[in-house]
Amino acid sequence: MSASTDGNHYDTIIIGAGMSGLAAGIRLAHFDQRVCVLERHYTIGGLNSFYRMGGRDYDVGLHAMTNFARRGQKKGPLAKLIRQLRFRWEDFKLAEQIGSSIRFPGVSLDFTNDIELLESQIAAEFPGQADGFRMLCDSLLDYSDMDGDDPRFMRSAREVMAEHITEPLLIEMLLCPLMWYGNARENDMDFGQFCIMFRACYLEGFGRPYKGVRMILKNLVRKFRGLGGELKLRSGVSSIHVDNDRAVGVVLDNGTELTADRILSSAGNIETLRMCDDITEVDVAAAGKLSFIESISILDRMPQKFGFDRTIVFYNDSETFHWKRPEDQLCDSRTGVICSPNNYIYDEDEGELPDGVIRITTLANHDHWCDLSDDRYRGEKVRQYDDAVASSVRFMPDFRQYVIDTDVFTPKTIRRFTWHDNGAVYGAPDKQLDGTTHLPNVFLCGTDQGFVGIVGAIVSGISMANRHCLQPT
Amino acid sequence: MTPAEIRDEILDILEDISPDEDLDGLKDDVAFRDQLELDSMDFLDIVMELRKRHRVQIPEEEYGALASMATTVEYLEPKMKDIVKS
Repeated sequence: MSASTDGNHYDTIIIGAGMSGLAAGIRLAHFDQRVCVLERHYTIGGLNSFYRMGGRDYDVGLHAMTNFARRGQKKGPLAKLIRQLRFRWEDFKLAEQIGSSIRFPGVSLDFTNDIELLESQIAAEFPGQADGFRMLCDSLLDYSDMDGDDPRFMRSAREVMAEHITEPLLIEMLLCPLMWYGNARENDMDFGQFCIMFRACYLEGFGRPYKGVRMILKNLVRKFRGLGGELKLRSGVSSIHVDNDRAVGVVLDNGTELTADRILSSAGNIETLRMCDDITEVDVAAAGKLSFIESISILDRMPQKFGFDRTIVFYNDSETFHWKRPEDQLCDSRTGVICSPNNYIYDEDEGELPDGVIRITTLANHDHWCDLSDDRYRGEKVRQYDDAVASSVRFMPDFRQYVIDTDVFTPKTIRRFTWHDNGAVYGAPDKQLDGTTHLPNVFLCGTDQGFVGIVGAIVSGISMANRHCLQPT
Repeated sequence: MTPAEIRDEILDILEDISPDEDLDGLKDDVAFRDQLELDSMDFLDIVMELRKRHRVQIPEEEYGALASMATTVEYLEPKMKDIVKS
């Protein structure tokens, strides 16, 4: 514990004001620590941020919140984080999805937050595979096995799936949403990560707060500040100062020095190591590679008016799902995610969102986007938007005649919000599940610790704060 | 604090940790785990709240004493008897 009364000394410094950093900050501030959250960007949220343009609100990361739970439900990650952060269910108030689909050429599987629909769809589309699917469900690791100690955690998800399911197309289709919503590894998935995502997407399901991600972030910040936590924006950490094999503090980009008993970083594993001034070289090859472009269309009508009621559509235009970074091109729109924030079951008193919106996410190459001149960057945003939309309308009604406004964000945008190498949305493929680093008082939370997604990130912040920063000394 | 006051304090902490839980019918001699949805994170919270509110230190190897309301009150009584209820 801190004995110092020095104004620049903290019990814990947290790097990054995303979901995980803010959640960790709330835990520590609640238990009377002096905590400071440092954020390089001028706004909070990290990957799950928001912005306003042309009089409209946009979300950066959020399509859907996975890990849906209804009011009063006591089990599962969402219930856990609400308790741990002393929130009420109303503070998150998730509206449930209408329904989502996985669409491959000639076959479509619908799912909702009730797994029975997916089971019956599989039974109808893939006769003979339903039992295998149920066996796969029974073989899933439990959340309590997710600390990485279970030897099955690191197995290939494709291998485990093939033990239960004999139809390769069904394997591809089931993997598609799970990889899109939380897999940092190309082509295959760790079975542990697969189980986390399977529970999050298929067993618990999708929801969204009416006001989007900003409502969650505002609640987190309000609570953190109310407990006396300090949040400094435009305060990037240029280095972590190490003395005698322990971190003693950080130096900000503007030269300010802050000291702390310990540091909890959501900057990413490699990104954090690079800051430590006792390390001269880090293995950049271990960084994640998968980044996205998002093409947003504002429409003059609600999607249901032209016959589109899907919350999310995960599409792939061949029988093989290609989950890898495009190497020779800026983007790869053979697979993508179509999301309409309108297609949730909002409360009567909330009503409809102000505009019809279709968001399409496709794979992109960070380095190629960064190599473009400003002029070409602007031109490519238009061109790649057209390409993504043209690809998506093969799997949904053509909406192009209803578009009244557009925006595109690229891996460059993601990099600016997250500062992760390569604009890697889900961080590095190898997770540091126990959150430890080479230093005894520097710990990781967020994307590179393990759980991804909004709920996953918050749970990561909570569990790393509990495990490394709160235990009585 | 008297045992009854300690019991009230634990109830208050449980209500704080888990506001949706109905604590009226809580049975003192049945394990918390068997009647409430509490996991290890929640038990850590009971320990942390006692430390925050009353400066009561509970070493990790003694967390087992917090199994039920009866064992918790019995365990805390010597530690909290000199604390004046505010």
